[in-house]
Amino acid sequence: MDSKKQNKIAIGTLYGIAGLVVLILLALLGYILASGLPQLSWHFLTAPAKAFLKGGGVGVQLFNSFYLLILAMAISFPIALGAAIYLYEYARDNWITTTIRTAIEILSSLPSVVVGLFGFLFFVVKLRLGFSILSGAFALTFFNLPLLTRSIEDSLRTIDLEQREGGLALGLSRWETITRVILPAAVPSILTGVILSAGRVFGEAAALIYTAGQSAPALNFADWNPFNISSPLNPMRPAETLAVHIWKINSEGIMPDAKAISSGSSAVLIIAILLFNFAARYVGKRLYKRLTSA
Amino acid sequence: MFINNDVTRATAMQERHVVQPNDAGHPIILSTEGLHVFYGKKEALFEGDLQFGSNQITALIGPSGSGKSTYLRSLNRMNDRIATVTGKIMYRGVDINQPAIDVYEMRRRVGMVFQRPNPFAKSIYDNIAFALRLRGTTDKHELDEIVETSLKQAALWDQVKDDLNKSALALSGGQAQRLCIARAIAVKPDILLLDEPASALDPVSTSQLEDTLLDLKQHYTIIIVTHNMQQAARISEYTAFFNQGRVLEYDTTSQIFTNPQVQVTSDYVSGNFG
Ligand SMILES: Nc1ncnc2c1ncn2[C@@H]1O[C@H](COP(=O)(O)OP(=O)(O)OP(=O)(O)O)[C@@H](O)[C@H]1O
Ligand SMILES: [Mg+2]
Repeated sequence: MDSKKQNKIAIGTLYGIAGLVVLILLALLGYILASGLPQLSWHFLTAPAKAFLKGGGVGVQLFNSFYLLILAMAISFPIALGAAIYLYEYARDNWITTTIRTAIEILSSLPSVVVGLFGFLFFVVKLRLGFSILSGAFALTFFNLPLLTRSIEDSLRTIDLEQREGGLALGLSRWETITRVILPAAVPSILTGVILSAGRVFGEAAALIYTAGQSAPALNFADWNPFNISSPLNPMRPAETLAVHIWKINSEGIMPDAKAISSGSSAVLIIAILLFNFAARYVGKRLYKRLTSA
Repeated sequence: MFINNDVTRATAMQERHVVQPNDAGHPIILSTEGLHVFYGKKEALFEGDLQFGSNQITALIGPSGSGKSTYLRSLNRMNDRIATVTGKIMYRGVDINQPAIDVYEMRRRVGMVFQRPNPFAKSIYDNIAFALRLRGTTDKHELDEIVETSLKQAALWDQVKDDLNKSALALSGGQAQRLCIARAIAVKPDILLLDEPASALDPVSTSQLEDTLLDLKQHYTIIIVTHNMQQAARISEYTAFFNQGRVLEYDTTSQIFTNPQVQVTSDYVSGNFG
């Protein structure tokens, strides 16, 4: 066989594989959206769920998903940022940093159900936080921290060494150089990483089933005192998220319209995650443009 | 018969030839004594004893890897976390190579411009103003004035005066390098260190940059590393020739280029190696 022919076959095969992957993805997406979109309505997005009757919504679950996301991000982002700055800007390569990096690698490849079980044993049982938003947020932090740290470290890596030397040469300290020169330049790329990881956290179920719990007590959206049990802001209440809701309905849902609700919820979840991804690109590009041209 | 050519040459040429500047009009502002630099265990600079007269341009030349950058970066302690530097660096009578020195303050007196232009991802204005703001200059008029004079000194003002709020990353290479010079002189240093500042620039920008440096000489002492012999000859009063981590020859630029005393220098400036 001559090499021209070989080349053609190789390219054809690669195109075929790539096409197949895209096709599968599109089919999945199409199926989820086609079966889910008809279920969507304002009522569906805002009403509380019903256990036995038709016509329940996912309002509480949707709120829980966002609340958990914000809490988890509020906890994990500062830690990840600090860890990434330490690892990339300050730490020298020695056994301590090697250990930390290895730990991050391992943590980031941990199956999320293991993170969930750890969260159950440690936060729910040992620390007596119970099935609560707080337990869930901590579990999500463990799930999110390694990936976010790595993504911020990668963002810092994209900023030239010359930028750091430029700052130092002006008489800035290393800390001033990092906070005034490096971080502002890295913001677009850091933000992209944060939004992408937010999408992953938003869709996470396994880490939450045994930590934030599988029930969604009705909430009084007029009560914003975080110490009241029916307040949406109360961090000690159990909080089923959208992703957990889908899992729950499909495994033990007994409402008559379980299938429709599951389809609708899946569509909402997929749309939310798609939005996160598009937002990440858009915001990253916009910010980069604002910083580089003008 | 018994005088062969090579022998005459060997006796006429020296191993090392150093004439420190001694010009009454240009008092020595910076000098190094017994400077050694180690990267880990590897010694990259075996000794560099040079003196620099104020308001003069000194060129550091020599083949690649000869230690020019290593020497230059030691002068404002940019090598602090990278290399071990021993010996004295006397700046206006103070040894700035000791732990007690406030490096941040010192670097504001001894500024530096790098080979690759490195404007920050900020506006042109902020590239210059932000380091000043950090050190407490907050008055808008004062900042405006410093930005304007620095840009004028760096010969960039006329090109950017209407675009001060635009991102510095949109500037051309030559403009970006001028901005870096403006940024360095805005903090009012005494000495400007430049490491091959024109090597990333086209010939026109290079010659503009040289004119700028000649102007800046009135206010600053300039030490410049360059691979470009013509550049060294055009702008500098003194030239130091580095080879394999040593200063082999130091003298006035005209001496180095027309009458070098060391064989290696002679080979290098005549283009026979390097
Ligand atoms: N960060 C570093 N770590 C280890 N060795 C280094 C480092 N920087 C430079 N060196 C070594 O020190 C020696 C002198 O390098 P230096 O960069 O000072 O040369 P130079 O004269 O500036 O060369 P060039 O003209 O190519 O810029 C070289 O052998 C180089 O490999
Ligand atoms: Mg160099």
